[in-house]
Amino acid sequence: MHSFHSMLNYFPEEVLEHIFDFLTSHRDRNAVSLVCKSWYAVERFSREKVFVGNCYAISPERLIARFPRVRSLTLKGKPHFADFNLVPNDWGGYVQPWIESIVRGRVNLEELRLKRMLVSDESLELLATFFPNFKSLVLVSCEGFTTDGLAAIASNCRFLRELDLQENEVEDRRGQWLSCFPDSCTSLVSLNFTCLKGEVNLASLERLVARCRNLRSLRVNNAVPLDALQRILAQAPQLVDLGTGSFVHDPDTESYNKLETSMQKCTSITSLSGFLDVSARCLPAVYPICGQLTSLNLSYAPGIYSDELVKLICYCNRLERLLVLDTIGDKGLGVVASSCKELQELRVFLSDVYGIGNTAVTEEGLVAISAGCPKLNSILYFCQQMTNEALIMVAKNCPNFIRFRLCTLNPTVPDAITMQPLDEGFGAIVKSCKDLKRLSISGLLTDQVFLYIGRYAKQLEMLSIAFAGDSDKGMLSVLNGCKKLKKLEIRDCPFGNVALLADMGKYETMRSLWMSSCEVTFGACKTLAQKMPRLNVEIINENDQIEASVDDKQKVEKMYLYRTLVGPRKDAPGFVWTL
Amino acid sequence: MSSSASVDCITQSGSGLKERNYLGLSDCSSVDSSAVSNVSEENKNNLNLKATELRLGLPGSRSPERDSDFTLLSSGKLDEKQLFPLLPSKDGICSLMQKSVISGNKRGFSDTVDGFSEIKSSVFTEGKWMFNATGSDSGTPQSVVEAKLAGSAGINMILSNNSSGAQPSMKKEVPTRALQEGHNKINGSNNNNSAPAAKAQVVGWPPIRSFRKNTLATTLKTNDEVDGKTVPGALFVKVSMDGAPYLRKVDLRTYSTYQELSSALEKMFMCFTIRQCGSQEAPGREMLGENKFKDLVHGSDYVLTFEDKDGDWMLVGDVPWEMFIESCKRLKIMKGSDAIGLAPRATEKPKNQN
Repeated sequence: MHSFHSMLNYFPEEVLEHIFDFLTSHRDRNAVSLVCKSWYAVERFSREKVFVGNCYAISPERLIARFPRVRSLTLKGKPHFADFNLVPNDWGGYVQPWIESIVRGRVNLEELRLKRMLVSDESLELLATFFPNFKSLVLVSCEGFTTDGLAAIASNCRFLRELDLQENEVEDRRGQWLSCFPDSCTSLVSLNFTCLKGEVNLASLERLVARCRNLRSLRVNNAVPLDALQRILAQAPQLVDLGTGSFVHDPDTESYNKLETSMQKCTSITSLSGFLDVSARCLPAVYPICGQLTSLNLSYAPGIYSDELVKLICYCNRLERLLVLDTIGDKGLGVVASSCKELQELRVFLSDVYGIGNTAVTEEGLVAISAGCPKLNSILYFCQQMTNEALIMVAKNCPNFIRFRLCTLNPTVPDAITMQPLDEGFGAIVKSCKDLKRLSISGLLTDQVFLYIGRYAKQLEMLSIAFAGDSDKGMLSVLNGCKKLKKLEIRDCPFGNVALLADMGKYETMRSLWMSSCEVTFGACKTLAQKMPRLNVEIINENDQIEASVDDKQKVEKMYLYRTLVGPRKDAPGFVWTL
Repeated sequence: MSSSASVDCITQSGSGLKERNYLGLSDCSSVDSSAVSNVSEENKNNLNLKATELRLGLPGSRSPERDSDFTLLSSGKLDEKQLFPLLPSKDGICSLMQKSVISGNKRGFSDTVDGFSEIKSSVFTEGKWMFNATGSDSGTPQSVVEAKLAGSAGINMILSNNSSGAQPSMKKEVPTRALQEGHNKINGSNNNNSAPAAKAQVVGWPPIRSFRKNTLATTLKTNDEVDGKTVPGALFVKVSMDGAPYLRKVDLRTYSTYQELSSALEKMFMCFTIRQCGSQEAPGREMLGENKFKDLVHGSDYVLTFEDKDGDWMLVGDVPWEMFIESCKRLKIMKGSDAIGLAPRATEKPKNQN
């Protein structure tokens, strides 16, 4: 070891840097920077892509100080449960201070990827103004900006390669943001504006597509009609990834025929999505390219039913990733199982988004998929009911799960046949899937399932629990057993102070812990905050009663704690109390 | 099974653990309203909520409807951005909107604690507030009504809490271990495959991103307009009949031919036609057969017409059924004499009869 070490010290830094260039994963880079001081130094000057899983864990200034050459920054803001309305909108996660610091720090930022953050038009304008080399903007589940901000990006970022907007809430100002791309802009490789609600100038779009010969990925929004899509495809047969706009048209028209022809020429499309507005009669236009698809997203098309879905999917023999609604039904999933042998990822969403009615998807569909698709490693499955037997079968069929997320419509539904809790089923999953990194469980569950998780889920990094467990033992099993746990989110479970305080140091090894509607009290949270200065323990309390007469014995409604190097954040709104 | 399950959840009143339908509701409206009025009684006594009118919404947004018929649970109609304030009862005291089960228990949704069980209500906004109706009967902890509010992501709760009455306290519901013991009792009625009448909503469950919820809700609405064929939702149209004191509604999707429709209409309006067509009826004949109705409709007395998307009144029966239901906005059983413009030869059978 000693000689190895000194050998490496003879390498000039450039060589080390060159070696580190091969390390793309930020985890690997984090690891090498811990080896010794010189490696730390070399690594930090050479790191160009920085990933920050929690924007409040570090400050932009410190980040820039450590990584002065950062070109690409990924930031995540709100906790995951914010997706489900459990976190108030203005909880935080503002990107503005980051951009301001980056501007001040004279960083040459080229890529920015944000998830669950609040982005303002001002932030986008700053970006557009101060970063002439800016190349890539990816916004996922963000909000706070309008199409005016997009116009700024379009106008000023002359070398823009990627503008990818996924599931953001964007206010549409009915301007002509798309028309703001100057004629000189030919660099676009990826453009995704599916989530925008308003219209874009179709002529501008068509011209843009025509001049960006490197365009590989185009996802338009609903306001782009089918005939415009046809003209676009005619200009861009090189597309690899297509998101359709409105896919409704009378099939007996010339427009539609032209679309069929243009579609056939798109022999490179391997990823297809969109269909927010679709008529089943138009789907046949897509059949010719089904055989080349590796990714298909029909999860926004509630009007397409099992028969039509199946007609499409049975051609998709190379499919690796499929997102559908539960309208596909168990039978449809059976067809998927027999047609899509390469399937790796499946997501079955609820078509009835308020979860009021029923879903046509049960444990049978899941078992069929597991039996037919040996490469399956990632699943998100909303279903009416589940059984232990089914889960055990799935575990046997598919030991390769990395992500396993199951959501029963009724969160405490027992095994549909035996009426027992679903402990054994999930136990089988964690026992069999040794590489499981992400798990969401639901249904009737006791402490037993957590015993299994703690015992077997050794690679688990993220766990989501709702309405499960009997006592603190459950949570303790997880905290003790899951050594690699990074994110734990719990709602409506009977876990309390004993579990929370048993191993306070554990939370510094994790990114965050969310507990809402559990048994944890103010007193315990205060204790935790006191003992662990490098954690922010935030209480979210929407009742206006934060400081007044808080009894230590009072239960906390929502607690979010996370490790941080920079202490309590200064932008917390009134209803967030950092203890 | 589902109806019995929902009855279960209504009729019992707190003794030990009951089988509960998962959030079964809306069959129970009559019970609910009495339950709710109980709440308002309590609330009246214990909370001066007059001044605490919770208005949930973005500043400047219009006040949402307070129609008591408005339920959260009519899927497709629910726009997540609609806000559900407390319904003011007559004297301005807010009572909770009826029709759904309170959420928030640790294990399962059903309210298990006694005094609480009658209070089925949930209102949805983003925040969560609780009423502590102190002094309620038997000191059950469940005088706290914990209403979880779900709403769209963009809503800030504007709480004008200037009442002088009891401030809502933060007391939490007592977690119900009782429910834990009863695991096995929460049986298949929870997951029956026939649709439970309506499930209540818990914040954030099922866990679907707001963006997806909003998008799908909008898509469903649009699909209804654009291509009625592909969406299964009901297609209710009003049916009026000259001389009848009230109108009816029929779901056109439940029929697949004109004959089925006319039989159904006949049954619906039979009570009016018998009276009016007495002279045509053979004595002793009790039921108007389909032919008779056809005669009525296409005979001298009555003609079945519909109003199409353009607002024109057309004779029923000319176009293929699918096309008809796509364009039909309402139906009218007209007297033959009024329908002269529409049905030039009302006594003849129509040419296209599906």
